[in-house]
Amino acid sequence: MSTLAVHDHGVVHHEEGHEHHHKATFLNTYVFSQDHKMIGKQFLITGITMAFIGMSLSLLFRIQLAYPDKTFPLLETLLGRFAPGGRLSPDFYMSLVTIHGTIMVFFVLTAGLSGTFANLLIPLQIGARDMASPFVNMLSYWFFLMASVVLLSSFFVQKGPASGGWTIYPPLSALPKAMPGSAEGMTLWLISMVLFVGSSLMGGINYISTVLNMRTKGMDLWKMPLTVWALFLTAVLGVLSFPVLVAGLVLLIFDRSFGTSFYLSDIVLGGTVQPFEGGSPILFEHLFWFLGHPEVYIIIMPAMGISSEILAVNSRKPIFGYHAMVYSLIGIAVLSFIVWGHHMFVTGMNPFLGGVFMITTLIIAVPSAVKTFNWLATLWRGNIRFTPGMLFAIGMVSFFISGGLTGIFLGNSALDINLHDTYFIVAHFHLVMGSAAIFGMLAGVYHWFPKFFRRMMDERLGYLHFWITFIGAYLVFFPMHFMGLDGVPRRYYALTAFPSFNRWLTVNIFITWAAFMAGAAQVAFLFNFIYSIFWGKKTVQNPWKSNTLEWDAPIEHHHGNWVGELPTVYRWPYDYSKPGHDEDFIPQTVPYSQTMSSNLPHDFEDNPKGLEEYNKWASTQKTNEPIK
Amino acid sequence: MGFKRLIISKTALSLIAAFALLGIDTVMAQDAAPTASGAPAAGTGSDWTGVIYYTLIFLAVCFCVAILGKILKVYDLSNKMQGKKGMNWNNIMGICCLVFLVAGMYGAYWSLTVQGSMKLPVAASAHGGDIDDMFNLTTILTLIVFVITQVCLFGFLFYYRGSDKRKAHYLPHNNTIEKIWTIIPAIVLTVLVVFGFFTWQKVMDSTERKGDLNIDVTGHQFAWELRYPGPDGKLGSKNYKLTTGLNNLGVDFSDKNSWDDIHADTLVLPVNQPIRLNIHAQDVIHSVYMPHFRVQLNAVPGLPTFFRFTPTITTAQMRVETDNPNFEYLLYCNKICGGAHYNMQKVVRVVSQAEYQDWISHQKPYLTDALRKELKMAAAKSNKSQASSNTLALNN
Repeated sequence: MSTLAVHDHGVVHHEEGHEHHHKATFLNTYVFSQDHKMIGKQFLITGITMAFIGMSLSLLFRIQLAYPDKTFPLLETLLGRFAPGGRLSPDFYMSLVTIHGTIMVFFVLTAGLSGTFANLLIPLQIGARDMASPFVNMLSYWFFLMASVVLLSSFFVQKGPASGGWTIYPPLSALPKAMPGSAEGMTLWLISMVLFVGSSLMGGINYISTVLNMRTKGMDLWKMPLTVWALFLTAVLGVLSFPVLVAGLVLLIFDRSFGTSFYLSDIVLGGTVQPFEGGSPILFEHLFWFLGHPEVYIIIMPAMGISSEILAVNSRKPIFGYHAMVYSLIGIAVLSFIVWGHHMFVTGMNPFLGGVFMITTLIIAVPSAVKTFNWLATLWRGNIRFTPGMLFAIGMVSFFISGGLTGIFLGNSALDINLHDTYFIVAHFHLVMGSAAIFGMLAGVYHWFPKFFRRMMDERLGYLHFWITFIGAYLVFFPMHFMGLDGVPRRYYALTAFPSFNRWLTVNIFITWAAFMAGAAQVAFLFNFIYSIFWGKKTVQNPWKSNTLEWDAPIEHHHGNWVGELPTVYRWPYDYSKPGHDEDFIPQTVPYSQTMSSNLPHDFEDNPKGLEEYNKWASTQKTNEPIK
Repeated sequence: MGFKRLIISKTALSLIAAFALLGIDTVMAQDAAPTASGAPAAGTGSDWTGVIYYTLIFLAVCFCVAILGKILKVYDLSNKMQGKKGMNWNNIMGICCLVFLVAGMYGAYWSLTVQGSMKLPVAASAHGGDIDDMFNLTTILTLIVFVITQVCLFGFLFYYRGSDKRKAHYLPHNNTIEKIWTIIPAIVLTVLVVFGFFTWQKVMDSTERKGDLNIDVTGHQFAWELRYPGPDGKLGSKNYKLTTGLNNLGVDFSDKNSWDDIHADTLVLPVNQPIRLNIHAQDVIHSVYMPHFRVQLNAVPGLPTFFRFTPTITTAQMRVETDNPNFEYLLYCNKICGGAHYNMQKVVRVVSQAEYQDWISHQKPYLTDALRKELKMAAAKSNKSQASSNTLALNN
């Protein structure tokens, strides 16, 4: 309540300027900023930095996979003891895989994606002056940055970063002697993740309370853009599931450092009987995947919301089935809590549970299918404008279809027996949550760049970036399905130990080159991004002719977003190409009284007074017509 | 017109510049190669050649892209100045989408036929056939959906590419069609769930049956240990606390069943004999993965599990079937377990019943003479210290 009061207070004071509250210095404008737009930019730039680091790590281990027998002395120059003689060491290979996964899943696609766009879009699209709690919002960023720094610092410890896979299953991660990465590197990983969860929770609570309490006049829940719905539900998922991860991690810290046995039992390591008794590694898997599965929806839902919005704007058509889109998001959000066991079909968990989780998993495919069909229906008979943002949103849909369909194989416990932990799953999740989500994020960056930086990104470089990345991602991940069908396991340092896998070597070389091609295309993005921040074309008020509120806010950034009164919302955000209106978009701030010629009876469903007015107007139109 | 001439000359100029710079680039690349490889003879420098080479190629490509971009921009501007329309990116991208659709569909077809044929051979176990049927059904259904949706996606993009003359069709929702495409996936998925559920139940059937051949497989960093039952057909019990250098599995020899247990290096299985593979792990989680039999189950320390299956094709038959005289069934680790995870394999050989009997009779018992000696000494020791340990136990 207090935040609400303060916020209302701010409205009154705003016209006098905010110099009363604080002086704008470099430090509080760019560094310790409490302004949601600046925090959004901080998340974005940190997220992109982490994405480039994560991508470089993946390119490093792709070299190893393509050329397992060659030496690259340069690697030794760069990596020192991690690549003795110019070949990655097996342990460091595992570290690369682990840190690549951690960075991409948590730091890029959780914080970088929903941190960026929740911060920018929630207040701007619901018409709020800032987040419910700007200070906590700022803390959220700084915890994220600390987590990033701690994670990356693990490259500088003696035994290297954590290397038990991003899922860090104990006992491997719990026994420092089990592998080098389980020593100090693992400790740093755990510290980093606890900080990260802190950041995520502070952000999430803020997003939820902002959406629930601070919507502007007229902005009821069913008038919110799908981006806000998606980001809101994402935050709810995060707030409910991240604490479980922390619980799991804290118990792991206890096992590692204080001699408890939550996850450990019956262990003989290197011929020595260990004193642990009574724990269960499966407990960790349950706790981890109780977060882990909602986590993949935490990743994909903002991308879905962003794509829905961008597809509608650039098809110049309302999103098809707005209500179905929201209900399917809610359905996915609820169901995502009861499907975690599909990661554990072959862990030795009770087979009966496997059957149950298979049923819930395949049910979640239904709302996902509805979303896909609705996107396609949105494009149907549209007037499609190919901005780079639009192309990336389309790419997101294409990847989501391709990757989602292979999920039907993996969600089936009987098929999972042979596909579990092979390259098939690598292909599946890189398409459906890796590529799809990163494309959603890039779509958002291209689309809302003018809102972030008041300048436009170069379109043609955007096209180039899109096509190379899009084709590259398919070239990288499509062949991996077939490696999986041949039983090639993931996280293998080299396939050379298996003569039967030799025939996949050429495929691996091909994939590596495709990955390098896609990686090179990111330079186009990076150049475009940095160049456009400083020298890009200046944007106009509403460059995409979009309906949502953020384009109603002035181009110049103000602390408090709108100068003077907050806008009032009269209609849903998707009135594109409404028949009877002279333009092909009607912003949310335009009241129905100004668009009499395009109103439909449907617009007044819960507004009897408006309907009466509309009928009156319609009948006068009718009586006028014959006279003409 | 003067503008036009200027622009044309500009284009020509930039083209010349591009060629000149490209030429310089290639010359520099040739220059850079010998100097880089020649100068630091001490060793570490020579590997820079490749990197410099690729960096220069990359820079050249970047440069070409930049030049191309400029040319396009100039072309676009000149068109606009003449009152013509600029480049219609909607058309260009629409056509790109169509080209991608055709090329992508061909690529997917190629990949499915060429790389798809490199998948595992036919299932070599009784339950594997069910899984393969399930797999084929799912593949057919998903491929249909894949083709329809991707064709719709990129087809719509091409067909409805933007134009100033048109206005999009205002279609916010249509309850009938939404119901249809909620119910159809729901039905298809129900079919898959029902089939999958029964297949899974059949595969994971955990009731014990007489006549199963019990085999113990134990994973540790980074190898698999095998233990076959002796003539009594029973495996002795185990206790990890009894693990020593010689008794590396911690077999409990106070259990008489363990006295004739057999140690083996290769997992030899008699064909058409139901096998009950008891799965253990000593240190970290491993995973027993035998893809040819469609068998996988994690080996979890502290949580013994088992997988029942019946091999149906012998190694010799499979060699004929796959046309590969060196074919071997394999058991390998499929859960990240440390540095040498990538080489934790065991050969599996499926043989006829007679060959199996012959093989097993040549295997050594687990209880070796050295182990016997150790056990005797341990027994003597424990007798001596029994009194003290008893008091200790009481204290605990």
